[in-house]
Amino acid sequence: MNRSAAASNAPRFDVATVRRDFPVLERRVRGLPLAYLDNGASAQRPLAVIEAVDDYERRHHANVHRGVHTLSQEATALYEGARDRVVEFLNARSRAEIVFVRGTTEAVNLVAQSWARPRLSAGDEVLITHLEHHANIVPWQMVCEQTGARLVVAPIDERGEVHAEAVEALMGPRVRLFACAHVSNALGTVLPVERLVASARARGITTLLDGAQAVPHLPVDVRALGCDFYAFSGHKLFAPTGIGVLYGREALLESMPPWQGGGDMILRVSFAGTTYNELPYKFEAGTPNISGAIGLGAAIDYLSGLDLGGAHAHEDALLAHASHALEGIPGLRIVGSASRKASLVSFVVQGVHPHDLGTVLDEVGVAIRTGHHCAMPVMEFFRLPATARASFAFYNTFEEIDRLAAGVQRARQLFG
Amino acid sequence: MELNDLYRDVILDHNRNPRNFGPLQNADAQAEGFNPLCGDRLTLRLKLDGDTIADVRFEGDGCAISTASASLMTEAVKGKTRAEALDVFERVHRLLTADDASGADLGKLAALSGVREYPARVKCASLCWHTLTKALSPADGAGAAVSTE
Repeated sequence: MNRSAAASNAPRFDVATVRRDFPVLERRVRGLPLAYLDNGASAQRPLAVIEAVDDYERRHHANVHRGVHTLSQEATALYEGARDRVVEFLNARSRAEIVFVRGTTEAVNLVAQSWARPRLSAGDEVLITHLEHHANIVPWQMVCEQTGARLVVAPIDERGEVHAEAVEALMGPRVRLFACAHVSNALGTVLPVERLVASARARGITTLLDGAQAVPHLPVDVRALGCDFYAFSGHKLFAPTGIGVLYGREALLESMPPWQGGGDMILRVSFAGTTYNELPYKFEAGTPNISGAIGLGAAIDYLSGLDLGGAHAHEDALLAHASHALEGIPGLRIVGSASRKASLVSFVVQGVHPHDLGTVLDEVGVAIRTGHHCAMPVMEFFRLPATARASFAFYNTFEEIDRLAAGVQRARQLFG
Repeated sequence: MELNDLYRDVILDHNRNPRNFGPLQNADAQAEGFNPLCGDRLTLRLKLDGDTIADVRFEGDGCAISTASASLMTEAVKGKTRAEALDVFERVHRLLTADDASGADLGKLAALSGVREYPARVKCASLCWHTLTKALSPADGAGAAVSTE
């Protein structure tokens, strides 16, 4: 069952109903109801995820792919069942294309070291954009240092937008790999990835998309996108931390050497030599994060039971409401005004440092992210040391956004 | 814990109008401080008269806690010897981290005592002090960078 088919059978999206699925939303912080607007950093877990992990820990835990005993078989079935959920979620072709990793960061590093490092040589180019998270910059800088390849950075404009023409102009004959965010974590910009991937493919350039901020907000179909690699983290998709996914086209993964050596990634080991395991296990050395994977599978199941069209429409309405409420505050400037944005708002307030704003908002129960968002080049582009970022999930409400705006006003009075 | 206990009037005042803020010509020592968590950066420059801090000024961009702490620090250490300045740092450090430190002997710097109730903000207040230690240490005094991470 794919997501759209599930959604058509699901009850109409209702935020009050959905909020009851997330126990943490009942919390109070400093005496006030929690308004959790830091979903871009990490989203909260629905009860379905908490219970799936709990059930595994209580009843089914054993190591996977090893034992003939009952629990090991159950744990293996649950772990591989979670992989099947991911196959459906991304519309991949098979289990062989889904590698469980710790998160987006590990996925990008895996591709940098296992795909890029053996292939790149001096003078080759890796193309990224100015919008990237450090996790989609530093692994490429490392592999460039190792191989003598060059990192090329495509520009953004003052609205935080990436223009396809500007990126395509940089897709020269030496570019071997194009890596970019599907959605910018610092500004919310949705990048024109369909066109960029198509342009790269037409030039024989391998593509990687960092989907960490995209999967909670947009339907993702890796076959329709045509990308070679797609990476995301479970914890931004309402699943536990420490689990993530690297999707790779099977032929590419097949052609890559293992990244880490150890148990589970081998078929046969002798001191004369070792035969590696088949995909995806070749890339999963050691005992994996079994409970995390099961939690991720449960999160995907939970999402398939929602009216996702309704949820995404609600997120768009939250973004519009937040933009409107914040724009009305004197001295406040929204950073990033791309025509297509995921539901997050980055902003600065004259006379109030984002870090102080974060503390004042916490005092009224509102949780946001303040800082450089692991995207220092974006901050430098806008000549800002930091911004405040409110990032929404479908369980957020207009009232929470109004509390955010009231908190910003309070901070202005305090520091004004 | 009340917000007003963190952002006391002294802190707000020194944030709005930081003292000893700006460049210092012909400095004898300087150090850079950087807090990657919030992006705070400051440059601290010193003029030394023998062992005494004859003048001290800072520049940079930071949150209210970091700016006010640096401003208060420059007032507190100007005219002090290295050893005296480092002793003030020790006492401020205790104020920021130990529950039983009253700061009664610290004058205006006691306004920083509210910070210890906000563990995520202690680094904001201590950044300038770590930078001062760096600037005062003979080996690193010229252009060294200090990070609170």
